[in-house]
Amino acid sequence: MSSATQIARDVRAGTTSALAQLDTSLAAIRAENDALNVFLHVDEEGADAAARRVDELVAAGEDPGALAGVPVALKDNLCQRGVPTTAGSKILAGWRPPYSATVIERLLAAGAVPVGKTNMDEFAMGSSTETSAYGPTRNPRNPERVPGGSSGGSAAAVASGMTPLSLGSDTGGSIRQPAALCGIVGVKPTYGLVSRYGLIAFASSLDQIGPFANSVEDAALLLEVISGHDPMDSTSLPEPAPSLLAHLEDGVAGKRVGVVRELVEGADDDVLASVDAARAALEDAGATIVELSIPECRLGLSAYYLIAPAEASSNLARYDGVRYGLRVDAEDVAAMNEATRTAGFGAEVKRRIMLGTYALSAGYYDAYYGQALKVRTQMIEAFRRAYLNADVLLGATAPSVAFAFGEKMANPLTMYLSDVFTIPTNLAGDPAISVPFGSGAGGLPVGVQLLGPGRSEAQLFAAARVLEVANGVA
Amino acid sequence: MLPAGWEMVIGLEVHTELKTTTKMFCGCANAFGAEPNTNICPVCLGLPGSLPVLNVRAVDLAMAIGLALHSTIAPSTFHRKNYFYPDMPKDFQISQYDLPINKGGYLDLPDGSRVSIERAHLEEDTGKSTHLGGSGRLQGADHSLVDYNRSGVPLVEIVSGPDMHSAVQARAYAAALRGILIATGASDGRMEEGSMRMDANVSVRRVGEGLGTRCEIKNLNSLRSLQRAIDFEADRQVSLIEGGGVVRQETRHWDELRGETSTMRVKEEAEDYRYFREPDLVDLAPDAAWQARIAASLGAMPAERRAILLARLIEPSAAQLDALDVVVDLGFDELVLGAIDANVDPALALARAANELAASSERVGALAPGSFVETLLMEQAGELSATQAKAVLLEVLEHGESPRAVAAAKGYKQLSPDSLEAIVGELIEAFPEEWTRYQEGDEKLAQFFIGQVMQRTRGQANGKAVVAELRARR
Repeated sequence: MSSATQIARDVRAGTTSALAQLDTSLAAIRAENDALNVFLHVDEEGADAAARRVDELVAAGEDPGALAGVPVALKDNLCQRGVPTTAGSKILAGWRPPYSATVIERLLAAGAVPVGKTNMDEFAMGSSTETSAYGPTRNPRNPERVPGGSSGGSAAAVASGMTPLSLGSDTGGSIRQPAALCGIVGVKPTYGLVSRYGLIAFASSLDQIGPFANSVEDAALLLEVISGHDPMDSTSLPEPAPSLLAHLEDGVAGKRVGVVRELVEGADDDVLASVDAARAALEDAGATIVELSIPECRLGLSAYYLIAPAEASSNLARYDGVRYGLRVDAEDVAAMNEATRTAGFGAEVKRRIMLGTYALSAGYYDAYYGQALKVRTQMIEAFRRAYLNADVLLGATAPSVAFAFGEKMANPLTMYLSDVFTIPTNLAGDPAISVPFGSGAGGLPVGVQLLGPGRSEAQLFAAARVLEVANGVA
Repeated sequence: MLPAGWEMVIGLEVHTELKTTTKMFCGCANAFGAEPNTNICPVCLGLPGSLPVLNVRAVDLAMAIGLALHSTIAPSTFHRKNYFYPDMPKDFQISQYDLPINKGGYLDLPDGSRVSIERAHLEEDTGKSTHLGGSGRLQGADHSLVDYNRSGVPLVEIVSGPDMHSAVQARAYAAALRGILIATGASDGRMEEGSMRMDANVSVRRVGEGLGTRCEIKNLNSLRSLQRAIDFEADRQVSLIEGGGVVRQETRHWDELRGETSTMRVKEEAEDYRYFREPDLVDLAPDAAWQARIAASLGAMPAERRAILLARLIEPSAAQLDALDVVVDLGFDELVLGAIDANVDPALALARAANELAASSERVGALAPGSFVETLLMEQAGELSATQAKAVLLEVLEHGESPRAVAAAKGYKQLSPDSLEAIVGELIEAFPEEWTRYQEGDEKLAQFFIGQVMQRTRGQANGKAVVAELRARR
């Protein structure tokens, strides 16, 4: 499949059509979806209508937009009007939202063609897509391995060539970790850069929507379309979104790249080797390497597993069987609430609701949630200090290459450790990007992570582009 | 009245719906009485993915209330109050918690007492449940219907200090507060529509002792209920203690028909609301310019307006003082003052405003002040009888015509001073005995002569003009 950049260029020029590109995408989905379980729902009708609109605009001499005719896959926690949206949970089975997320409106306005909803860990709680109520997604690089998560379906859609682009959401690494495990580019933008309106909330203060793509350029193209202020999201940044494509080839000459000890320690040797190689590539491109320590990162996992479940326990309260989704009848309202939630939520979701409820409870708040908020403040301050000495930070995205199914399901803590390098950025609210760099055990891809201060996406994409070129991509 | 030696301690929590055009966090109409579930959207239904955006007008009105209550406007935050209830679509309520927008303050009552205000904070209203079957409450109902039109309507909760010591005083506080809510434009004060709802915290103690255990009576919807419920509850507590019992801290329900309170839930069962900062909203810190704009927009408060009008009355009777309260409460004091300035007798202006205008209060907004003054001047000059003046006012309120045109159309002939003089002359000759008794000081006879004049003129004479004529001849 061609790059998104190429498809949009050709559709705008009239040398290919949106319908033809959609057919290519649908054919790939038909060929592989049964084996990989990437899509929970393929919206052939809606995609067909969107593609026809694009082709009509081109025929009429009008410009359909920057993503003209590009098929895009959507994580199933993005609400799309009239299209089944489950967030990977049984509790939302059959629910069709009456409205669309801001990012979907922006995709359509830019001529993109949303083709369907991708599999995910239930309510984005997981790092392997194994907690989905609809079965796990398989890694296109090796179907015996997980694709990572929680946005495993969206990562697999791009890695398998079903769509050139997809959207995921990243609360503690849910875009970057599956991007690394599937060998593609994944971006967690600055908190507030992309509107969350229409994203089914997991942990509101950490959630951020971002792109998956096969190249840094495609990822930049998609992020430019979806970012920018949205009056429907109070936490949306008021400033204009940074221009990315214009700075893609800016390079890293003269930039200071900080290699952060805590963002590599404990990683497997193959991952460490890739980070070392990335460091050398950046140095070769003219960057100055500085070695840094941000000890607060070690507290990130603990703070995250109090803050995220606390917010989730409140965000997921609304699934009570009263208005939409699953309802299990019982003798009174309270019993109905309980029966519905008992039947509708999976084990990991229940675990986190209980963790979060406990962390917020009277008598425990100060020791748990309150303490976690203090750690978060320290984390923000620690990164601010780090960025006095470095323009970009480098670390691993995940501690290992893609792991086997079931390997980390028995012990939740081992699964939680998959996100140890990605979580600090979510707590700090800063952007980060995972770029494929080299390969590890079994020939599986490895991702390295570049981090930057808030709204420094242009610089991050330029650095990621340097790694991409060094990795042999034109 | 409590037995000698006992004292009650009362604090009130008053919820007022704010008179905004739209709801607190979305663009739905804030309107009472619409067809159920017609003013709703993804946000006020709490659909997955929806996000709240604060209505600036609600903040304006909350600050207006705070300024009128001498509160300090402080930087504030929003929290989530978590509990399950079918008419609360997110299963949490967005409210202000430890940092309310209005801190402290006081309200002076007509009896000279001062009640302290602890806080006046913003929060959202819930939907409205109707329970069918059973007792009309949720427990035991056959089924329940929920109208979400009210969901997300902005509320301000005003919490008084435990400063009141009688049900009459609590009622006076609620009435004065209602006057302020209306005067600030924050609320229409319609208790029967639920625009203002009250919870009363009541405890009793032997005079001189420390505070007793309090009970909270929920959802009092009229001044009368408030007063009755407090009196009942205080009596109950005193009887309980004098009978050797102990007051249990609990929430109680007021049964208007039975005239008694009963247990809703006891403190031990009280829920842990797990308050935490609402991550979907940003902090609220109105700057000095915003506060100044609201302060400048505030007119005089009812107490001040009452004092201004009172100063224009000469030795007011009890009935006139009652009329004064009505006029200030309805906001007609400007009209009355205008009439007094135009040389209308203050007592007449007050009476017509408190009776005729009050009877069609919803039309007074459209009444030209000049029409009110002109009608009263015509009455005062004897051109209209009292009955005629009332009829003219009514007509002017209904159709907005000029008083003179109305009087002419109704055929109210002006009884010229000359013909009145002639009629009185004839009556003196016809009733010499009565005239002599009147001359000797029997004022009752004035009424006799007025009656005779009215008979001869078919009610077109002005009683006061008749008395003036009689006095002139005495």
